[in-house]
Amino acid sequence: MKSKKNTLWAVLFLGPALFLLCVYLLYPSIHTIIISFMDQRSQNWVGFQNYIYAFTSKTMLTAFRNNLLWVIFFTLGTVGLGLIIAVLVDRVKYEKFTKTIIFMPMAISFVGAGVIWKFVYDYKPLGVNQIGLLNQIVVSLGGEPKAWLIQGPWLNNFALIFVGIWIWTGFCMVILSAAYKGIPEELLDAGRVDGANEWQVFVHIILPYMKSTIGVVATTMVVNVLKIFDIVYVMTNGNYGTEVIANRMYKEMFQYRNYGRASAIAVVLFLLIVPVIIMNLRRMKGEKS
Amino acid sequence: MKARKKIKVARIFLHIFIIFMMLIWILPTLGLLITSFRPAQDVAKTGWWTVFNSPLKFTQFTLNNYREVITKAGLGTAFKNSFMITIFGTLLPVIIGAFAAFGLAKIEFKGRGVIYSLIVGLLVVPLQLTFIPILRLYNKLKLSGTFVGLWFAHTAYGLPFAIFMLHNFFVSLPNDIFESARIDGASLWTSFYKLALPLSVPAIASLVIFQFLWVWNDLLVALIYLGGTKDVAPLTVVLANMVGSYGQNWHLLTAAAFISMVVPLIVFLSLQKYFVKGILAGSVKG
Repeated sequence: MKSKKNTLWAVLFLGPALFLLCVYLLYPSIHTIIISFMDQRSQNWVGFQNYIYAFTSKTMLTAFRNNLLWVIFFTLGTVGLGLIIAVLVDRVKYEKFTKTIIFMPMAISFVGAGVIWKFVYDYKPLGVNQIGLLNQIVVSLGGEPKAWLIQGPWLNNFALIFVGIWIWTGFCMVILSAAYKGIPEELLDAGRVDGANEWQVFVHIILPYMKSTIGVVATTMVVNVLKIFDIVYVMTNGNYGTEVIANRMYKEMFQYRNYGRASAIAVVLFLLIVPVIIMNLRRMKGEKS
Repeated sequence: MKARKKIKVARIFLHIFIIFMMLIWILPTLGLLITSFRPAQDVAKTGWWTVFNSPLKFTQFTLNNYREVITKAGLGTAFKNSFMITIFGTLLPVIIGAFAAFGLAKIEFKGRGVIYSLIVGLLVVPLQLTFIPILRLYNKLKLSGTFVGLWFAHTAYGLPFAIFMLHNFFVSLPNDIFESARIDGASLWTSFYKLALPLSVPAIASLVIFQFLWVWNDLLVALIYLGGTKDVAPLTVVLANMVGSYGQNWHLLTAAAFISMVVPLIVFLSLQKYFVKGILAGSVKG
């Protein structure tokens, strides 16, 4: 009797959410996997043709290379800077103010950040007044202005990746700072009394203590960055060798109307993300128990 | 004595490093803000930092850029659209998510473990995996290019995280208060409404801020489901289009960008505490 009543309540409480999740996430995911094996209008089966395209075409290979660059340097940049700032800012009186400033880009859209940085990277030829901050600095130091967003493949990709780092470092800093403040003071003092310098304290006490938090933050960043879209879409639209997987999927879908290829690319993105998130959830579970 | 001197030098480097970091983080945004108030011909000819040559000369600033983007580039309409999209795109997932999370945390029924794992599992799905089938469905139902279509998409996309986060919170509430409420004759609805909700205000507040920023700043979902329809496009879509069509008109681009940033910045600066709490409570978002 009671369990029947409970089931009724459960349906009332969970019904709307489950309905939406099925319609918007579960069913379309399965459907996308199916049409990834069909042609551009989803009329004929084409076997693995779309996947062959996804793994061998030149633009997709560029996209894979760039996503790899993003994963490595974005993750190192956000987690590394976040950690350094979290540890250092703890020692100054204007800690709160600094944190607010570093954290602030989290409130700004990627599009907004894209405009901000496109302006910073603005390029004027030598001899004309620079209006972009970065080239102005380069010129005043005696260098030649650079077209940051056009010169590839390193310069423009790193210019884009830095925008991502600028946005997400604050997020990492907040989590890592909370973990850092959780380290018992006695532990750090014990190390110092034993004659360790600050660097040794950092390497041998702080890092091991924060290991699992750093792991969770890093995997979260990897998942984020695999799906990177807005920054590239706004700043270069994947031109000059800056293409990424998610932007390619958007182009296949809207520019070329090739739903087969677009679906295959989406599935590839999914397959890249799954292992990372599973790792992350496992780690969080492990942390709790 | 020597050691103390060393520490002093180290502290100076510490301050220099932190201030350097702050400059990298604040100067690009400051440049945008200053540029948005400068006349077109100045912006094209000189860098924004030149305003500091004569910082008190207020005639070098103008509101014309804002006037132009709001009336001519359609930023005014886009601002209203962003509000329309964000209000319901935030309230719906939080409300529906709170119901579901409570159901999963405090009602005993068969299969709740399975359902919970399924919902958390959906955090893995990148939105890209869902676009094509839903867009086709929307085209059939005439929902593409409408606010309603976008509200429900944002709601569904926000639900896994909302349920995950609120479930974690509801589970941490002690069971005996709900048990004694039940003995007193309260229905599950009453204990949700009168007990669980009031206790979870901080958790819900952080979720609201998350979802608000997520929806307000979203570009991709709006691009997909609103297509090119101008009268429903939010700020992010209009701004992204302007980058393509206004190219080097930095006086307009900067003004438009600042308009798109001002609301989330106010929300963020005034409610930062809840935002930080939310991030620390659960840092996975699908």
